Amino acid sequence: MSVEAVAAELREVRGPSALGGGWRRFFELLYLMSVTEFKRAYFGTVLGYVWSLVRPLMLFGVLLLVFTQVFRLGSQVPNYPVLLLFNLVLFTFFQESTAQAVTSVVSQESIVRKTQFPRLVIPMAPVMTSLFNFGMNMIAVLIFIFAFGVSPTWTWFLFPVIVLVLFVFTSAVSMLLSALYVRFRDVGIIWSVTSTALFYGTPVLYPFSIVPENLKDILFVNPLTPVFVQARRWIIDPSAPSAVAEAGAWTHLIAPIAIFVTACVLAVWVFNREAPRVAEEL
Amino acid sequence: MPRAEPAEAAPVVIEARDIDKTFRIPSHRIDSIKERAVHPLARAEYRELHALNQVSFDIHRGEFFGIVGRNGSGKSTLLKILASIYRADAGRISMAGRVAPFIELGVGFNPDLTARQNIVLNGVMMGLSQREARRRLHSVLEFGELEEFADLKLKNYSSGMMVRLAFSVMIQSDADILLIDEVLAVGDAAFQQKCADVLREMREGDRTIVLVTHDMASVQTYCHRAMLIDSGALSYIGDPEEVAQRYYRLNFARANGGSEQGNGLVPDVHARLAAARLENDAGEAIENVEVGDPIRLRIVIEAREELVQPVFSLQCLSAEGVQVFGLIRTLKLDRGEADRIAAGQQVRISGTIENPLTPGRYYISCWVARNRNPGDVAFQVINALDFVVFGQRKGPGVVEVRNEVEAVRETRSGE
Repeated sequence: MSVEAVAAELREVRGPSALGGGWRRFFELLYLMSVTEFKRAYFGTVLGYVWSLVRPLMLFGVLLLVFTQVFRLGSQVPNYPVLLLFNLVLFTFFQESTAQAVTSVVSQESIVRKTQFPRLVIPMAPVMTSLFNFGMNMIAVLIFIFAFGVSPTWTWFLFPVIVLVLFVFTSAVSMLLSALYVRFRDVGIIWSVTSTALFYGTPVLYPFSIVPENLKDILFVNPLTPVFVQARRWIIDPSAPSAVAEAGAWTHLIAPIAIFVTACVLAVWVFNREAPRVAEEL
Repeated sequence: MPRAEPAEAAPVVIEARDIDKTFRIPSHRIDSIKERAVHPLARAEYRELHALNQVSFDIHRGEFFGIVGRNGSGKSTLLKILASIYRADAGRISMAGRVAPFIELGVGFNPDLTARQNIVLNGVMMGLSQREARRRLHSVLEFGELEEFADLKLKNYSSGMMVRLAFSVMIQSDADILLIDEVLAVGDAAFQQKCADVLREMREGDRTIVLVTHDMASVQTYCHRAMLIDSGALSYIGDPEEVAQRYYRLNFARANGGSEQGNGLVPDVHARLAAARLENDAGEAIENVEVGDPIRLRIVIEAREELVQPVFSLQCLSAEGVQVFGLIRTLKLDRGEADRIAAGQQVRISGTIENPLTPGRYYISCWVARNRNPGDVAFQVINALDFVVFGQRKGPGVVEVRNEVEAVRETRSGE
């Protein structure tokens, strides 16, 4: 027996944790899990990509009818159909990720209780899968953008900033919800109501400018609001007001930024605290 | 089987010191935010369960190490702590090298993915890089004899193929330390033989294996050293034979609800089970019995020391632990023979039993007492035989009895 040949050192084992096993292992596993899930959804079924577009496009069709024919919003807002589709695709990413992340730890119970790996992968895998879906959906949005004759601007290069901010917030909410759901099972119901409220409380269906003045401050507490306002200006309509302009003053951006930061800090803190015990709580 | 010397000289690869683990079992659980909001100050009430208490041990490189104990003794908890699935409340664990836990076969397999994808995913989950995981793809498929089915989705696998895949993934996992929990008895006879060969090979190899089990036969066959855990505390560590004996003794003391002290009632392991099998009418070993076919069994017990006036008992239990029937036999003696067995002598208990059992799983347990005294037990084997009665179920219950019951329309007599 070649004892000397392999002289790995004794290292202390500290039990399970959010990132147990290191960053490299975390990213490899996260990538593989989300890519296989994504591939399964896209190439596993006959219609694949088309099928995954049907849902957002149907929703888009219905909303477009309601808001252009019933509420007559379309005429006041330049390129309303493109804006609506773009906003829907952005919000779908947030909604889809968080909805799946809530139950993720519990539904993957068997691997959490029976094997060892960085726990953070579990809520992050649905976020990554939704991110890939989001990328595919953006292709459809791009086609619409050109079909409606929206001209490209240099601010399109700032799109990754929008995605990054949205991604960080989505991840934070997903981590937080997945950890809380293990202890409190009504988080699922509470979240489904909350995310519907957020859908109407974020300028997805309407441009922020038509919101009555007395409601603007309330809507601006929602960290998603400035993201959507800015996204519209950068991508669809350069003449639309920026987030700062809509907020009225820089100081009005403090609340959403504070909530954004709090959500991130809380998510990391709660998840790190719960990760080592999660296998026992299930 | 010759036992290779435990690798005492080899470096320590698992060092556990004073491991404590307590589970808090909530007696009243606050599991919704609503409840929390209604009773903001209510403290959840817990019952504490001390699963492990001050457990310390060292395991050396290349050792095949067994952890045994009764159900609920804490052995699986200990394995999960070693595997970093649970966190110990106190104490320190250090390990050297890559660890792969196998708490159950096929954990994390996704039925919607192909075998190929699952093998890679499993490898990465165990801490390999994607490239390393791909590299061992071939050897996993080869060991499981599943090359032709590499691109078949797991949901289309038969259960036998699934087991083979899961076991191959474990065998080929390439980790320095394997932590295995009771997953050895899998697959058909041919595959089991293959697994047994591999385990024997691994026993001689460089890898360190920790096996949790309550099958004393595999402890005695494979382990260099073993450890007995009782009620969360380390009770004995060392020679596997000794561990097995203590385990039986412990089981019996509990079964009698008795203390382990005095009065000669404490059984010792004075005999051992040499063989136990079911046979068909041609005398060949079989695993399972068809409904209605007589049960032909053959159990051989070897005395470790002289047994005077031995009594042999067999009990048949259903999967739920209900005793279906039992047999008690004394030694068949020719005129003038003494009612005793000498050390090393074997006794065969064999014959045919009518089979009224309905389809399901059954066990046959076996014990031997001395001096015609049911308390003076020489040894006891729980589940010496484990078999399935298969076929068409004709009615409810554990047994089907001969009967002449019929239902006929009654001729109406005046109201």
